[in-house]
Amino acid sequence: MTDLVEGLLAGKHSALARVITKIENRSPGYREIISDLYRHTGHAEVVGVTGSPGAGKSTLVDKVAAAYRDRGLTVGVIAIDPSSPFSGGAVLGDRIRMASNAGDMDVFFRSMSARGSLGGLSTATTDAVTALDAFGKDVVIVETVGAGQNEVDIVRTADTVAVLVPPGSGDDVQMLKAGILEIGDVFVVNKADLDGADRTVQQLREMLQNSNSSRDAGHHGHREAAGGNTPDGSDASDERETWSPPIVETVANRGEGVESFIEALSDHGDFLDRTGKRERQARQRVAAEIRTLLREDVNGLIAGELDRHGGIEGYVDAVVARETDPYTVVDEVLEPLRACLDETRDA
Amino acid sequence: MSVEQEQAERTIRCLVAKVGLDGHDRGAHVIARALRDAGFEVIYSGLHRAPEEVVQAAVQEDVDVVGISILSGAHNTLVPKILDGLREYDAFDDRLVLVGGIVPDDDKDELREQGVDEIFGPGASMDEMIAYIHEHAPER
Repeated sequence: MTDLVEGLLAGKHSALARVITKIENRSPGYREIISDLYRHTGHAEVVGVTGSPGAGKSTLVDKVAAAYRDRGLTVGVIAIDPSSPFSGGAVLGDRIRMASNAGDMDVFFRSMSARGSLGGLSTATTDAVTALDAFGKDVVIVETVGAGQNEVDIVRTADTVAVLVPPGSGDDVQMLKAGILEIGDVFVVNKADLDGADRTVQQLREMLQNSNSSRDAGHHGHREAAGGNTPDGSDASDERETWSPPIVETVANRGEGVESFIEALSDHGDFLDRTGKRERQARQRVAAEIRTLLREDVNGLIAGELDRHGGIEGYVDAVVARETDPYTVVDEVLEPLRACLDETRDA
Repeated sequence: MSVEQEQAERTIRCLVAKVGLDGHDRGAHVIARALRDAGFEVIYSGLHRAPEEVVQAAVQEDVDVVGISILSGAHNTLVPKILDGLREYDAFDDRLVLVGGIVPDDDKDELREQGVDEIFGPGASMDEMIAYIHEHAPER
């Protein structure tokens, strides 16, 4: 096990790959591995890329990775694809589009499947980012289809979140408004050479302007206390600095707009540093991680306790027969846990 | 079968790779889908991959099975390069290497000798292949 950690820290690609496998499988010992790796992290810039299927995420990520490599930076990519709800199987096809980095081991591309019911995808992704960070990657890109709550959680592991919007998705954009639009720090209208791209940019711009007030109350939250200068294009009604997400147009398969996109990412990075927001984000992330782990572990304890009582079915029978009720059942199952906690607290 | 039961065992990861100039990938698509339906995670390489790219994918994705589909007759040149690459990255021993496609009998022995675990020719059934993988996927 320590061999694996040593191998990873020494820059062995197969060790890094195996660590991520252990993380995905929750193999015995994976927690110790993360614990060992954690102190070696905190250096990578983490970028989340999300958007609807077919928006061109993988193609853009490929070109972005190549551009970072040109600047002498090393890159890790985690690409998440859905898994079949029936077989649990998956075809992970994003690798196909990584042609610009073929044969370049310093772009470490890893496909992950949502693995259906496991429910811990965001934990697994966070841990995989930890592994890539500890390995020494300068930039880590997490790419996922933006469709549901899970994905929103995942992109929150990122310092900067880019949302891709394909042209002609006017109605989709409307739907995205409530969720995806709020998480974007940078918006990308990819396939900008297609008809309707201008219109999409226009719609997006309007929507972002309209939602600016609600953004400030939400995830992007607390208006920035520091700094008086406002970034270009933002309305200067507020003295304190806020971030107005830029809209970048790209044609990823031809590499157009990639430089502007990277510039936008780096602008946002500067903003995070300047306003002290990076630190606050990191703190929130750690808090969320601790809470998630706590919840998962407590769930595990409770599942064990349920098993000890002969599984949930007996309770269901009793409740359905109106012999008892769900609240009483929960009290009964949790009683020993409460007793234990009380005891240790008093001691 | 529920996904929960499926999760109880380790998820097997397979790379389905097309290497060289061979431009026929319908078979590879069929196999990728069948493996997916069998509950495996399948990474498809796309067409026209160089041996180094196949190695890169096999290492980074930490697959249990490297499946190379090749119909062009270039297996004697390309497959050994992949095997060497896997060895170079310490990624050969605990991986199953399968070749699918058109391989003459004489070449089969040669490939096996070099480290290919099994070769599935035309007419091989999907069930056979899936059973083989279940049986031989290396313990980790």
